[in-house]
Amino acid sequence: MSIPADLKYTKSHEWVKAEADGTVTVGITHHAQDLLGDMVFVENPAVGRKLAKGEECAVVESVKAASDVYAPIAGEVVAANDEVESSPEKINQDAYDAWMFRISPANPADVDALLDAAAYEAHVASEAH
Amino acid sequence: MLIFEHSHPGRAANAQLPPQDGALDDLPAELLRDAPPALPECSELDVVRHYTRLSQKNFSIDTQFYPLGSCTMKYNPRACNSLAMLPQFLARHPHAPAETGQGFLQSMYELQEILKDVTGMAGVSLAPMAGAQGEFAGIAMIRAYHDARGDTARNEILVPNAAHGTNPATAVMCGYTVREIPTDREGNVDLEALKAAVGPQTAGLMLTNPSTLGVFEKTIQTIQKLVHDAGGLLYYDGANLNAILGYVRPGDMGFDVIHMNLHKTFSTPHGGGGPGAGPVGVAERLLPFLPVPVVINDNGVYRNAAEADLPQSIGRMSANGGNAGVLLRAYIYARMLGAEGMHRVAEFATLNANYLMARLRDAGFELAYPTRRASHEFIVTLKKVKDETGVSAMDFAKRLLDYGFHAPTTYFPLLVPECLLIEPSETESKETLDAFIEACIRIKEEAYADADLVKGAPYTQPVRRLDDVKAARELDLAYRG
Repeated sequence: MSIPADLKYTKSHEWVKAEADGTVTVGITHHAQDLLGDMVFVENPAVGRKLAKGEECAVVESVKAASDVYAPIAGEVVAANDEVESSPEKINQDAYDAWMFRISPANPADVDALLDAAAYEAHVASEAH
Repeated sequence: MLIFEHSHPGRAANAQLPPQDGALDDLPAELLRDAPPALPECSELDVVRHYTRLSQKNFSIDTQFYPLGSCTMKYNPRACNSLAMLPQFLARHPHAPAETGQGFLQSMYELQEILKDVTGMAGVSLAPMAGAQGEFAGIAMIRAYHDARGDTARNEILVPNAAHGTNPATAVMCGYTVREIPTDREGNVDLEALKAAVGPQTAGLMLTNPSTLGVFEKTIQTIQKLVHDAGGLLYYDGANLNAILGYVRPGDMGFDVIHMNLHKTFSTPHGGGGPGAGPVGVAERLLPFLPVPVVINDNGVYRNAAEADLPQSIGRMSANGGNAGVLLRAYIYARMLGAEGMHRVAEFATLNANYLMARLRDAGFELAYPTRRASHEFIVTLKKVKDETGVSAMDFAKRLLDYGFHAPTTYFPLLVPECLLIEPSETESKETLDAFIEACIRIKEEAYADADLVKGAPYTQPVRRLDDVKAARELDLAYRG
């Protein structure tokens, strides 16, 4: 299973990367895309939208299911990756390269409270049937 | 090949054209077409062969076992069809005066009464034209009820994640925010999560019972008390009513509103997008809000009650009281079964599901909820097979087609990885179930012996494996000649 050590994670299977400029980048994990299968549609939040932590803010749809993506932390959307909307398969090819959107955090310390790689791996294991 | 591609200019089949009595030359000129429509031009034999071939390509309940979980693909008795096709029903105009259609209206009134009785509700409207519209009507009534009391701050509908997939969409369509309630390891609603979620913002809870996990919500009494104590109402999704028909009534479980899928439980023709029928039933306090028309009995005279009779109604959901032909078939089905027969529907639906489940378990298939008795359906997970052979639930499903069986529902519910949701229904014989079990065992053996064989399936169908990713990414929906 691919869970990079330098990222943070949520229980709802988003990955989060703290950027040098203070924004955070969000995508869905390799595990999430593996469960969903071949992606056919991605809808990102609009730039400028203010998000509460845990708010449904994006949609990923595969041949199996449509799934909501949740805001890992509160903040404002400052960028969205059009490339994954036009080519959803990029998420299957490399889930950690195919970022979805960037947030300017309301409170930068919120990122620290997210799961680290080891905690996320344990969470995935606990969800396995 | 489409019928248009068989077309040849000037070719026609005139032998059965109806006589042209009555001149049409008084139609206003501005309403006439400039050119004739682009209809296919084919001989009678071309048409007969085209549609016969299409019908032979169908995988249908009339030709094959169809254990599509959560869909209740049962046999549609031919008597329901032939009686509903009586000329007295077929030739009746929906706007004819009520006194000339008393037989039909009485049938609809009695169907309302039967559905009330079997679900334990106080009133039923047959107006919704499909399950989705029935759901919409149900949640709209919950909203109307709260609004009528001035209780307008309630903005949330609770939906367990084992509920039927349409439920959250319905709640959003009715303007509510959805709050999802998780499921515990045994497949029940997580009561602690429910306790934390209910409150003054709760408009209602939508529940499918038995759930899409194929198990009965054992704590339904506690659930209904929690929601009712918070001032919310309970909505019953009738998708899985077949499992409890005649045994347990949603009204007795405390539900305030219910929709029924007559094309599931009451055996009207199913699939192909309709026509469906999604009657709604309500408890006493929601009676004023029922959608119209509703058939009423005025001292032995039947008529459609409309907006004037039900001023608080959420409104008219169909012009003439639902899909008449479908409702008639359901009525005849219910009358043929009687109360005793309805018991037997649930008994045999549950027996067939548990027989299949036990035999598959004994053959080494992994059950998603091994400690639970199946309701009318159950879930097998092929995760271990996928991990060990690479053969997925979808590959398995496609291979079943080669053995002459429609696939069960795959990848639903989403909670269980690599799952097959299997619902045999009560109308299948033991021989058919045994043949299905044998096919499942052989496909599993194939997966371990020759995984590519299963991954390449199907081989015997009119088309091979479709590229569903390409189909979804590059939508091609319209014929352009």
